[in-house]
Amino acid sequence: MSEPVSLIDTRVVKGDLLFKWIIFSLAAAVLLILLVMVVAMVRESLPSIRQFGAKFIVGREWDAVKGDFGALDFLYGSVISSVLALLLATPLSVGAALFITEIAPRRVGEIIAPIIELLAAIPSVIYGLWGVLVMAPWLQQSIQPWLIEHLGFLPFFQGAPYGVSMLAAVFILMIMVIPIITSITKEVLMAVPVSQKEAAYALGATRWEMFRMALIPYARSGVLGAVILGLGRAIGETMAVTMVIGNTPQISLSLLAPGYTMPSVIANEFAETTSKLHSSALMEIGLILLVVTLIINALARLLIWSVTRGDTGARA
Amino acid sequence: MVKKLAALLAVGLCVATGTAFAETLINGAGATFPYPLYSKWFNEYAKIDKEVKFNYQSIGSGGGIKQITAQTVDFGASDKFLSDDELKGAPGKLLHIPTVMGAVVVTYNIPGAPKGLKLRSEDITNIFLGKITKWNDSRITDDNPGVKLPDKPIIVVHRSDGSGTTSIFTDYLSNVSKEWHDKVGKGASVKWPVGLGGKGNEGVAGQLKTTENSLGYVELAYAVENKLPYATVMNKEGAFVEPRINSITAAAAGAAKHMPADYRISLVNQPGKDTYPIVGFTWLLVYEQQKDKVKGQKLVEFLKWSLHNGQKMAAPLLYAPLPENVSKMVEKTIKEIK
Repeated sequence: MSEPVSLIDTRVVKGDLLFKWIIFSLAAAVLLILLVMVVAMVRESLPSIRQFGAKFIVGREWDAVKGDFGALDFLYGSVISSVLALLLATPLSVGAALFITEIAPRRVGEIIAPIIELLAAIPSVIYGLWGVLVMAPWLQQSIQPWLIEHLGFLPFFQGAPYGVSMLAAVFILMIMVIPIITSITKEVLMAVPVSQKEAAYALGATRWEMFRMALIPYARSGVLGAVILGLGRAIGETMAVTMVIGNTPQISLSLLAPGYTMPSVIANEFAETTSKLHSSALMEIGLILLVVTLIINALARLLIWSVTRGDTGARA
Repeated sequence: MVKKLAALLAVGLCVATGTAFAETLINGAGATFPYPLYSKWFNEYAKIDKEVKFNYQSIGSGGGIKQITAQTVDFGASDKFLSDDELKGAPGKLLHIPTVMGAVVVTYNIPGAPKGLKLRSEDITNIFLGKITKWNDSRITDDNPGVKLPDKPIIVVHRSDGSGTTSIFTDYLSNVSKEWHDKVGKGASVKWPVGLGGKGNEGVAGQLKTTENSLGYVELAYAVENKLPYATVMNKEGAFVEPRINSITAAAAGAAKHMPADYRISLVNQPGKDTYPIVGFTWLLVYEQQKDKVKGQKLVEFLKWSLHNGQKMAAPLLYAPLPENVSKMVEKTIKEIK
């Protein structure tokens, strides 16, 4: 923010200063909230941190009766379900956004876009109920047996078809992040200057070449930002995942096996903790979740930075 | 945090209504399992005594214990009794007042199988330990002649959220099986040897309904309302008993002889020919010394009412009323509240 110069009336300067401080305190308040949360969480998880130390992160045991806790199975479940969901959702969302902005007749795009955005407005518990009552049985009866029969030689598709599984969690998360990535990508694509596209066409580019050479490079950082927002949603999603993942702490390569995520175990067990250590261990899971989210965000920023470094076009 | 907020809100409400109307507001929090009955009680009681109003938050037994210990509510409610340590942690003498009893049923989804499949306690334990893995295991079929059970794996479903239902069920398994007691133990959440976890009664029921050849456990009321078939279970005397109001009340009647004065007793696997074995009390937690005498007086009046008129409302909602001998004991206990 540049300092006011002498040309300006002092009253205005005072007003500016006041405004600056108001805005500053608002921004500081947001940081303060995060800080207070972190402090409270660290304090609450101290008993667990003291008891288990670093072993907590790599520990596989989760036994509230015996008071033995480790987070690895939940960490695995959270990371795998979110990453796989994004791998599936990103091409779908970018494709949908491209279709809406570039290919579909304007009218059609105007109808499809709000419908996709509507998906984001559905409460996650509804996704969860739909997941457990409709999608999981469908997976169990059609998709999973097919996967076992045709791709069962891969370790990812072995075991019995239960319906509720890591696969179900991945699918439900995919559906939930699609509207986020699609609508942001759409905005980003619409922000690409027409001149950029026309220049590509003028060089004799086909539509695909225009996408590849003019549109995508220009919008790349924005699309990545959209994916990161989607990842944030996926890794923190609690209700819908809890209902379809099967809530079994284990590390299995098979996507058909049930799993467990960090938000799910907190939601499941926090209201009825059996001991101080139990609630403290759940708090530490929350802390790990926060740290994982921060790390992912940092990595993502690094990725955007390295991708956009060489770009000449304006940033989206 | 949420709980603290809720407590603050409750206090805030209390202050607000306290000044607006001249009525006593009594706050409580805890178990979700008896919530339908309690909410009916508070509604009906409001018609009898217009000066008192109850506000009950069904946040779970664990939360109820925490809040009554922290004295942010006037009474707590729980499906499990407090340990000696927990009682010592409370700032005053906490009384357990049993209100009604509930049962946990073993429910299943086997295409073509009838209601009331017969299961022994060791069958149930072995299924949940992962030792009986198929429906046509002779240990199950022998007790169910004429029932065609499939040569399919049993898909076990349990609660994934900490709950009083799980407390009662694992209490039962620990009681009937030493192996379960040593390997797994009892509690609101345990380390399950096998099975899928469903969130809440609805999560378990949802997975059962959509998964053939599955087996799980839910509260009786939930199973009846959702028309889930449930097993008749062999009790201590070797009789197969269907979970019904009478067979649940029989559990407390059987335990009455050795009922401790503080009612901290597990009701699973009680003696009696007609006793259903997977049963538990649900308690209200009240301080013997009430800080606010007006509230204390109102609370005592309500508790007396719940023992008489209140009990009649239990059975239609599928909670079992206290047997007479226990009810008389409780009446004396209530008089100790000052």
